[in-house]
Amino acid sequence: MIEFKNISKHFDEKQVLQDVSHIMYSGKTNLIIGTSGSGKTVLQKCLVGLYEVDGGEIIYDGLSFTKMNDEEKKMLRQQIGMLFQGSALFDSMTVEGNVKFPLDMFTKDKESEKIKKVNEVLERVNLVGTNNKLPSQLSGGMKKRVGIARAIVLNPKFLFCDEPNSGLDPQTSMLIDKLIHDVTIEFNMTTIINTHDMNSVMEIGNNIIYLKDGKKEWTGNSKDIIFSENKNLNDFIFASEFLQDAKQMRMLEAKGKKI
Amino acid sequence: MRFFSHFGKYFIMLKGMISKPENSKLYWKEFMHQCSEIGMGSLGIVCIISLFMGAVSALQTAYQITSPIMSKLIIAQIIRDTVILEFAPTLICIVLAGVVGSKIASELGNMRVSEQIDAIEIMGINSKTYLIMPKIAAALVTIPMLVILAMVLGIYGGRLTVGISGIISTETYDRGLKELFIPYNVFFAMMKAYTFAFIVSSIPAYFGYYVKGGSLEIGRNSTKSVVVTCVVILFADYILAALLL
Ligand SMILES: Nc1ncnc2c1ncn2[C@@H]1O[C@H](COP(=O)(O)OP(=O)(O)OP(=O)(O)O)[C@@H](O)[C@H]1O
Ligand SMILES: [Mg+2]
Repeated sequence: MIEFKNISKHFDEKQVLQDVSHIMYSGKTNLIIGTSGSGKTVLQKCLVGLYEVDGGEIIYDGLSFTKMNDEEKKMLRQQIGMLFQGSALFDSMTVEGNVKFPLDMFTKDKESEKIKKVNEVLERVNLVGTNNKLPSQLSGGMKKRVGIARAIVLNPKFLFCDEPNSGLDPQTSMLIDKLIHDVTIEFNMTTIINTHDMNSVMEIGNNIIYLKDGKKEWTGNSKDIIFSENKNLNDFIFASEFLQDAKQMRMLEAKGKKI
Repeated sequence: MRFFSHFGKYFIMLKGMISKPENSKLYWKEFMHQCSEIGMGSLGIVCIISLFMGAVSALQTAYQITSPIMSKLIIAQIIRDTVILEFAPTLICIVLAGVVGSKIASELGNMRVSEQIDAIEIMGINSKTYLIMPKIAAALVTIPMLVILAMVLGIYGGRLTVGISGIISTETYDRGLKELFIPYNVFFAMMKAYTFAFIVSSIPAYFGYYVKGGSLEIGRNSTKSVVVTCVVILFADYILAALLL
């Protein structure tokens, strides 16, 4: 569980986050949604300490992250997996090298066991047989998936994913959503996902926080979102006519059940 | 003002770099990799430069020493001492500032801009220790070796030249080398080599590690790091000469 209270962050003149508070639960896929530039990436980076917050408190499983010293933060981070928006693969290493890196660093397993584990996660992200490719030889979506594989290879307690399925086709995108959802439940992870993919919101939105201009505008789950009266949220989520129709259908369905 | 803030940040980086490796095997591997990158990577250029440096100083010394009363042995001694004291350590390290320094700065800069350093940090690894320490350690091991090689090749280059151009015979040259030899000079040159090796690796690492922005800034910082490294080397050269000679 990650709880954060009154997180604020500015860059130069610009206030990017303002008093954002929320609780992210373990065993659930917690979503941060919002338009481009609303501060999702900055919020994630504040939570893991890559950006220093101006004010507020971040609590990991009851321990105050903001009060930890560098060594304690380092120990906590060994339980964090993170997928960056730009994948951030090590470009001097192959796919296998990238995914194996955390295993090499933090486990004492035999080489053959590590390779087995690497192949397992690569299979889960649908990348069998790419072991010896370099990041420069991969497509954007493939890099994303290698990034996910690297983030989950140690079964972290806290998983951060910055737009895991941007740049993926709908089918692969669903596969990745399902994968993240499954490992979250299997290992009781606290998973935090930044997304503006409506499919993900509807499929795996257990606990959603909607950011607008760096403020928390709405929170709920994928069912609540259908009935939300919040105009900004509705405009954001149901932007296309197709999605508006879908919303109407769902609402009618739900009403029908009640009667 | 900017100078002092850079200076402070540089030392904070060096201090942050000193911590216990999370996994010594991987750090060792990275260290060996850097040794081959820095050492083997600049071996060729060091060889070429040292040979020519010895050759040219042989020709120029002979050109300057025209007086018949001076012993011809002195040509060998002048070549020996300038190569050992100044050319091998200083000139080679200035060249390495360009070869090694720009590589370190752009490699780290690229890792910073593409968030690879953040990715390392987030795994619970001290990125300064993992990325910078092996580079500095490898430079401290390999650059003094390159300097010794440069001394040998420089003096050998001089020998070849005097022989070919008939300035003095190679026997006279060899005899001259052995006369009035001060071993302290080699010690002094090695002090220089270690100091410069540290400068050549740590200053570009600083400029690369703290890049902000994109590929434009990587290029800019890498150029800046080479310029700063060269100036600092020359400055340190002066200080060391004033202190130790
Ligand atoms: N390092 C930085 N320095 C200055 N401003 C920044 C920095 N990082 C982000 N910002 C600003 O913060 C705001 C929020 O950026 P952020 O990257 O969090 O958006 P986002 O919600 O992740 O958008 P997207 O969906 O496009 O990824 C933007 O206006 C951006 O200009
Ligand atoms: Mg973002």
